[in-house]
Parts: sequence; structure tokens; C-alpha cells
Amino acid sequence: MFNLKFAKTLVVASAVSIAAATSALAFPDKAVEYIIPFGPGGESDISARFQQSFFKDKFGQDLVVSYKPGGGGAVGWAQLNSMATDGYTIMGTNLPHIVIQPAQKDVGYTTEDIRNFYMFHYTPDAIVVTADSPYQTLDDLIADAKANPGGVTMSGSGKATANHLAQIRFDKMAGIKTAYVPFKGTGASSTAMLGKQVKAQWGYTTVGAAQGDAVRLLAVAMEERHPLFPDVPTFKELGYEMVGGAYRGMAVPKDTPEEIVKRLSDMFGEINADEAFRKQMLDGGFALLDVDAAGMEAFMAARKAEYLEAASEAGLLN
Amino acid sequence: MDFQNLANALTLTNLALALFGVVAGTIIGSIPGLSATMAVAVLVPITFSMEPASALILLGAIYTGAIYGGAYSAILLNTPGTPSAIATTFDGYPMAKRGDGDLAVAIACYASVAGGLIGAAALLLLAPPLSTVALAFGPVEYLWLSVFGLSLIASLSTGNLLKGLAGGALGMLLSCVGVAEISADIRLTFGSSTMIGGIEVVGALIGLYCIPVLIDMVSTPERHLKVEEGGRAVRFREGAAIAWKSRVNLLRSSIIGTVVGILPGAGGSVAGLVAYSEAKRTARPGQKFGEGEPDGIMATEAANNATVGGGFIPTLVLGIPGTPPDAVILGALLVQGVRTGPTLFDGGGSIVYTFIFGLFIATVLMLPTGLLIGRYAYKTIVTIPKTILVPAVGFMTIIGTFAIRNSISDIVIMIGLGTVGWVLSRFGFAASPIVLGLILGPIAEQGFVQAWIIGEATGNLPGMFFGRPISLAIIAFTLLSLVYPAIQSRRAKRSLATKAEAND
Repeated sequence: MFNLKFAKTLVVASAVSIAAATSALAFPDKAVEYIIPFGPGGESDISARFQQSFFKDKFGQDLVVSYKPGGGGAVGWAQLNSMATDGYTIMGTNLPHIVIQPAQKDVGYTTEDIRNFYMFHYTPDAIVVTADSPYQTLDDLIADAKANPGGVTMSGSGKATANHLAQIRFDKMAGIKTAYVPFKGTGASSTAMLGKQVKAQWGYTTVGAAQGDAVRLLAVAMEERHPLFPDVPTFKELGYEMVGGAYRGMAVPKDTPEEIVKRLSDMFGEINADEAFRKQMLDGGFALLDVDAAGMEAFMAARKAEYLEAASEAGLLN
Repeated sequence: MDFQNLANALTLTNLALALFGVVAGTIIGSIPGLSATMAVAVLVPITFSMEPASALILLGAIYTGAIYGGAYSAILLNTPGTPSAIATTFDGYPMAKRGDGDLAVAIACYASVAGGLIGAAALLLLAPPLSTVALAFGPVEYLWLSVFGLSLIASLSTGNLLKGLAGGALGMLLSCVGVAEISADIRLTFGSSTMIGGIEVVGALIGLYCIPVLIDMVSTPERHLKVEEGGRAVRFREGAAIAWKSRVNLLRSSIIGTVVGILPGAGGSVAGLVAYSEAKRTARPGQKFGEGEPDGIMATEAANNATVGGGFIPTLVLGIPGTPPDAVILGALLVQGVRTGPTLFDGGGSIVYTFIFGLFIATVLMLPTGLLIGRYAYKTIVTIPKTILVPAVGFMTIIGTFAIRNSISDIVIMIGLGTVGWVLSRFGFAASPIVLGLILGPIAEQGFVQAWIIGEATGNLPGMFFGRPISLAIIAFTLLSLVYPAIQSRRAKRSLATKAEAND
């Protein structure tokens, strides 16, 4: 009798606690749509695909990746705030895009319109050359650029992008002048470098990971060396204050409730903390980053100042 | 590469995946707007739980099926189901109009299988050396290649050159709308933020090709396609005979398709156009391209399916996607932890070779499935009354356009362009030059700007544009295909004149 009663209370108590726990964890109880404002196959898509399976494992719901390409991402971001604010719609965001685009022209959104809740990685800037390039070190490239002002051609993805801003900033720091040749995406810019159409590439560590022995990285824009390239120096080691690259994160529509934003931020933080996820990302040449919803404001302010300075000096904002 | 890999590819699972992939791909590809890229992207999550080789076989089968499926709507509705099938409309729709739609679908299938097999053979046997082609093509080469493609406008619009050029110029102007791909300038949006995304090529294709057909369907009382009364035998054998007769064309077009597929900056649409242009240039006397010539369909379809195998060459050897669907497949491979690059062929070769044999199997399976689905598609389009066909196709155009990037404004643009296209066609302006300008304009522009920057930096602008061997070869071909029709017609006139003299 006593046992039965005890069992009953136990059942009731546990039912209550389960209910309490689930209400706190009720989100997500259906699939979350993850809109990438670019076409499939790029770095934004690939890193989202990495998150996809971990999301399903940890939270039991699907993370459905869909695409809304156009205007270098602007089409998607301009529509973000008109989407549902229940947290089931999130969108990939990219830096420096969401700072530079609205600073250049009216693209239908402003940087402040984008409510980022987590920045989960960046692809560090790197100077990439072919394995048989005469440039063995960064100094070789600088020496050539000093001897031939404007004659060293460097490919990169797009104009007023992470690659382009890196080129502008580095040229200024090293006191050189190189010719930046914009291509459509990192794939095309790597092809141009591999085919020796240009002398070097402003790319990312991911290019080094994808191309392996075919290329050599001269320097990477990280605080410390990338574990995948222990022999490649950082710009900092060589005396140039360059750390950064193309940052990727996720945002929700502006009016999404605070607790859901917090929950999403925690969830993607949990994925980022997963060892298996970290290993996959590092093996792909990505560098992990943990900026959660709370730290977003300070992070964005710092990036914005940095990008706008480089862009306006290069005359990109006129 | 040994028979072990062939055996691996022949497991029941892989065969089933190849069959499913080809059938699903063919159906998806036949619906305008649902492209090979999208079909592959949708299925990527499913492949995460598969063996890498099986995943690749499934994705490759869907891809190759979708490229073939695009021919159905091109032939039966004058609407390329995928951009690769643009040049299929040139002769496919006229054939269907005169009642030979079933024959056209059959020869498209034979050509696609032939092209697919040759592309896959190149991938199997010559991938590492051929991958250097991708690297030899620099900005200037892309510029001249797109100029070569644009030169097709001249031969497409015989007797109507000015209107053709005007159409091409309109297409290029339309391609400028939105954020410029490499200079990031915002052009021709007239202050509207919905226009920032520019004009989506596939949406424009649907509008320019399909809407006029729909308007014509409702404005005329005749049947959509002429159909012979009485049950006719299936024209598989007749098609096979025609295909065998044109084996030189099939081989040449497949090689063109393979090589263009290797180029990362040019896809199935360019391959089809270049092959069509070459088939037309080397036409036998009496062949009337543009009026329902089977060789036109075969050139395009062989070339665009050859880009599948060709596109995998840089994708697998260099880690550089040859075509947009390859970019998605490459991403899927990365997530699976498969590293592409030369080592994939040397060391961990088994995945690659199992996949290549899988691609062969999928291409061979396309023969029976393609003929059967093609026959069914033809019968359906021919027998369905217009009152059902028109709304059904109209619905598909809207769904297809929306699906490209989940955008309502693309539908508005599609319908707007379609209406404009219909009005223009009343005045003798064809849709194809506009589409050529829209697709090739950006490739030409990027190539020009990049070549200019590089040429200026190296202090050798003339040498950049006119001093590189591959460029010179492409320029020579362009001139040849521009001048050849004139020479041909003069020769024809002269022989006519001598005949007349002899008769006197």
C-alpha cells in the first residue's frame, strides 16, 4: 500500500518535473528552417551542412537548409525582418557583407536591422600561392611588389568583400601596391591562382585545406597558427596586425522574443562546443569562433569600425 | 581501377540508387525551374547517412537524369527544363510541332546516353591530364568563349540579323540588373530593393519561352502539337537509325561537352550552344537547322550530358566544381569527410572508381527509363486537352520560378518578361538571342574586367587579349562561324548560277 502510494507520488512528481523540463526545453518542437542567402555549394552552405547533423542529434529536430540567393546575400537579409518571429526561421549572416553592403548603397536593410544571435566561425584570411610559386615567404611577395608597384596580381572573391578588404589593409601595412582581381566566388579565384592567371590569391585557410599540396600559404590572419597548418606563420608573427577573415553566423527577425534568441544562442553554442563538430570544422580549414547573443553588440561594433575604416580609405563607400 | 570497383558499383543498393536517381532526376529536370542543382541540393541531407560512394552514385544519377529530362519540356513545350536544354528548343519544338515529337524525344535520349557515356569515359580514363584544361582557361578565354557563344545569334537569326542583335543586346542589358557579380555595383534597379537580386536566368527562360507558348495555345483553336491519327509504332528504331547516321556529330558534340564541362566558368548551357553552333557550321547540304533538324537536338543533348562526366573532372581532381551541381556534390563530400584532389585518384581511389562505374550504370539505365518516360511524357502532352494542359503548365511555371530562390518577385518578373517576349515575337524578335545575351553577357563582362585588370597590371593589354594561344583559337572559330554562312550561301548561289548557265 505504502509502496503503491509512494510509487504514485513518484510518478506524479516525475511527470510534473518532466513537464516543467519540457516547457523550458519545448523549443524546438518542430523543424527549424535555416535560410542561406547564397546558392548551394559555397562556404556558407558547407558550414551550415556541418551544423545540420549535430543539430538533429542534440535537439531531435531537423535543421532544414534552404537557399535564397541574390544580390550577394542582400536579397535574403532585406527580407529577414518580415519573416516569422517564432525562432523557427533563422538566416545565415556574413561579415563583412552585412556591414559593407548597407554602407555602400540602399540595399533594403541596415546593419542594425540584422539581429545576429551567434557567430560560429570564420575563415581566416590567407595569402595562397601555387606550390611551385617563386614566393617562398611573405617577404618574397612584398619584395616583388616593391620592385613592381601595381604589378603583382592577386585574385580574390568579389569586390568590397573580406578578401578585398584584407588586400587593402595589408597593402597599407606593408607599404605596397598590388592589383586586386575580383572573381565570382572563392572557387573561381582559386582556379585563377592555380592556373597562374594571377601571381597569388587573397583566399582563406579553407583554400589550403581543399588544395593540400598543390598550394602554399604564405601567412594566415589568426591569433595563433591554424592546427591544420602548423608551419604557416600568422601575419602577427611577421609583424602585421592582421587577424580576421569572413565571419559567419546566424540571425533571427528583429522581433523574435528574447528568451527564444537566448535559447537559439545556447543551442548553437552547444553545437560549437562539440568536439566532433570542432574537429570537422578545423579539418575543413575553418576557425571556430564563439560570439553568443550577449557578446554580439561589442563584437559587431568592433568589426564595423574596422571594415568601414578600410573601405572608406580605399574609396569603396562613395 | 580494376574490376573490384565495378563489382562494388554493382551491388543491389547501388543499382537501386542509380535507377531511382535517374528516374527522379529525369522527372525533376523535365519541370521547368526545378534544376539539376536544386534536385541535388535537396537530396544532400539524405546522403549523409550513406556510404560516400553510394551517395555519389545517387547524386550523380540524379544530376545526369535531370540534364536529360530538360529535353522533354524543351521539345514538347518549347521551354528548356534546365538551362542546358536551351539549344534543344531550336529544333526540338519545330519537330514536335510537325508531329515528330516522339521521334525527337527518342533521339534526345540516344544522344544523351551517348554524351553521358563519353563524358564518363573521359572521367574514367583521362581525368588527371584533362583537369589541366580547367586551369588553362583564364579570364580572357572565358571572354572569347562567350563571344563565340554570342556569335550564334548571327546564325540563329538568318535574314533577321538586326533583330537578333537587338535581342542579344536586350538580354545583356537585362543581365546587368542588380548587384554586379564582381564589381559589386548596383545597376539598373531604379531604386527598388526587390530588383537587387537581378533577373534570375531560369525564371527568365521560363517566362521568355513558356509564356508565349501558353498564350499561343489559348489564342488558337488547333491542337498544341500536330498528331498523326491512328496508332503509330513507337519510333525507337527510327530514332536509333538517325542517331547512328549522325555518329560523327554525336562524337564531336560529346567531346565539346566534355571539354566545356571541365571549364568551371561555363556549364551545360554553353556546352549545348557551342556544340549546336559547330553542328550547324558543319551541316550537310539540305539540313535545315532551326526548322526541326534532328542533328540539332543530338548536338545539344550529347553535349549537355557529356558535361556531367566532364564537370566531375575538375571537381574530383582539383577540388574545383566544374558545374553548379558539382559545387553542391563537392560540399556533400566535404561533410562526409572525403577530401578531393589528385590523391583521391591515387590513394583512396576506390570511392572514385566505384562512383565512376556507378555513373556509367546510371547513364546506361537512362536508355530504357528515358525512352519509357519520354514516350509517356509525349503521349500525355499530346492527348491532354488544352483546357487542362494550359492551366497545368501555367501552374508549373509559377511553382518552378518560385522554387529557384523562394521569391515572389521572380514570378512577377517571369510573367512580365514572358508578356514582353510574346509581344516582341509578334514583331519578329526571337527569344533565343535575348536568352543568349542574358546567360553569356555576365561571363563576357567578368572575363573582360578581369583580363583588363591583369593586362594593365602586367603592362601588356594587347598581349592579354590577343596574345594567348587558346584565345586566338577561339577567336578563329568565332570568325569562321560568322563568315562561313556567307561563304556557303555565295557558293550555293554560284553553283546555282553555273547550273543556270549550263541550262541556257
